[in-house]
Amino acid sequence: MFREEAAKLTGAMVRLIGNFDIAEEVVQDSLVAALENWPAQGIPDNPGAWLMTAARRRAIDLLRRDQRYAEKIALLQRSTMPAEPAEADDRLRLIFTCCHPALAQEAQVALTLRAVAGFTTQEIAAAFLVSEPAMAQRIVRAKRKIVEANIPYRMPQGAELVPRVDWVLAVLYLMFNEGYLSRGPQVASRRDLAEDAMWLTSLVARLLPDQPEVLGLIVLMRLHLARSRARFDSNGDIVLLPDQDRALWDSTAIAQAVEVLDRAAAMSSPGPYQLQAAIAAVHSAAPSWRETDWQQIVALYDTLLRIADTPIVRLNRAVALSHVTGPQAALGEVNDLAISLGGYHLFHATRAELLDELGEVALAREARLRALELSQNPAERSLLQRKLRG
Amino acid sequence: MKYVLLFVGTMDDQERFDNMSAEEMAAGMKLAEQWFEEYSRAGKIVGGEQLKGPQTATTVRYKDGKPIVTDGPFIESKEIIGGFAIVQVKDLDEALEMAKAWRAGPVEVWPAVER
Repeated sequence: MFREEAAKLTGAMVRLIGNFDIAEEVVQDSLVAALENWPAQGIPDNPGAWLMTAARRRAIDLLRRDQRYAEKIALLQRSTMPAEPAEADDRLRLIFTCCHPALAQEAQVALTLRAVAGFTTQEIAAAFLVSEPAMAQRIVRAKRKIVEANIPYRMPQGAELVPRVDWVLAVLYLMFNEGYLSRGPQVASRRDLAEDAMWLTSLVARLLPDQPEVLGLIVLMRLHLARSRARFDSNGDIVLLPDQDRALWDSTAIAQAVEVLDRAAAMSSPGPYQLQAAIAAVHSAAPSWRETDWQQIVALYDTLLRIADTPIVRLNRAVALSHVTGPQAALGEVNDLAISLGGYHLFHATRAELLDELGEVALAREARLRALELSQNPAERSLLQRKLRG
Repeated sequence: MKYVLLFVGTMDDQERFDNMSAEEMAAGMKLAEQWFEEYSRAGKIVGGEQLKGPQTATTVRYKDGKPIVTDGPFIESKEIIGGFAIVQVKDLDEALEMAKAWRAGPVEVWPAVER
């Protein structure tokens, strides 16, 4: 519920006060007040209005100390909840301000979670496994830069829009992966980053319905989440795609996601997220790992390479290629990536798999040990350790 | 709001610049002049200069109450400042637009303290 209210509230307060730092701070204070009061007092009939009142009072308190804000105080005393039409614009402006490329990307993620999704600093710190003071510091620094460098509170226009949308999507995808990859077998009681990232992406899609890449990212996230029940076995160990029990996949969610992908494709403007979603859709449609349409996947990776030629895409393409032309050719392609991906655990894990297939047991073991050295994710580490034990 | 745009580069860039042919130099200068002209006409440029090379710079600082004069820039690094422009624009995005239109090399955008 906080995430429904937080963005509206922050958006309205930034517009009223004209100072992002103060506005965001008072909303955060009101959310924290709600977390403290509601469990005992019960959730108020109109939570949005309760939060708005708390935020306004806090803002008036803060601003009273400064004579320059006399007008703003009058404005705050008169204001109620924002009218609906202004609200959509407010939320978009807020997202684009939080995801401004002039801010450090990790700060963009944290700010978006706080200002748009209503996370508390404590929750964000827990999600990213950093201490609360360190996270608070990161957020304070970013908010100060917004004010000091005068990062505008507005929607990018014209030619600026598409690259900035891409930037927002990169932040949301980072947020999603952080939640999805580090998610343990039991859903912890803390808020789920992956779910929130998907909610935020859906919000952007509602506000910018004619951007196919936004839809592409939603589909990609939905397809990942639709398979998430099969990602852990009863011991809580991670299960990779080849070994997953596909009966556990959420087939309804997959079908719905593919429909959205078709809608995006109808806009005839392919992009990296739509292509990655298409690849995920081919996997989702396959009855088994062996019966996957690998030709189709290699073809999609080739298209993706033409738009976004990155070592990671090449690595993934090589895995698909190994099913079409065999492990030897794929290993050659993977080895070519040694310079750019030498520090990436999945590079070594992929090499290990291919070397195994070629019967190079000693070399495979060596690569897997290197992958283990570089991996920090507990679930992935335990998988590598299991394979090392044979 | 005022921003200072610093046109930065590396010592390698400086060397390349120093060894440019007359035509290359003229073409480069023309691009820079066009940039200054266009934004001056739009009323966005308050001031700016092209700086001579780092080998011409001198640093003055105080040590134990006495001024020390030394050869070279204060910041000993491979990066140099080739010039700067002081611009008066609405917000960071507008300053970044100007920086993007500068094609001669990287630009640092610094907001100025308002008085």
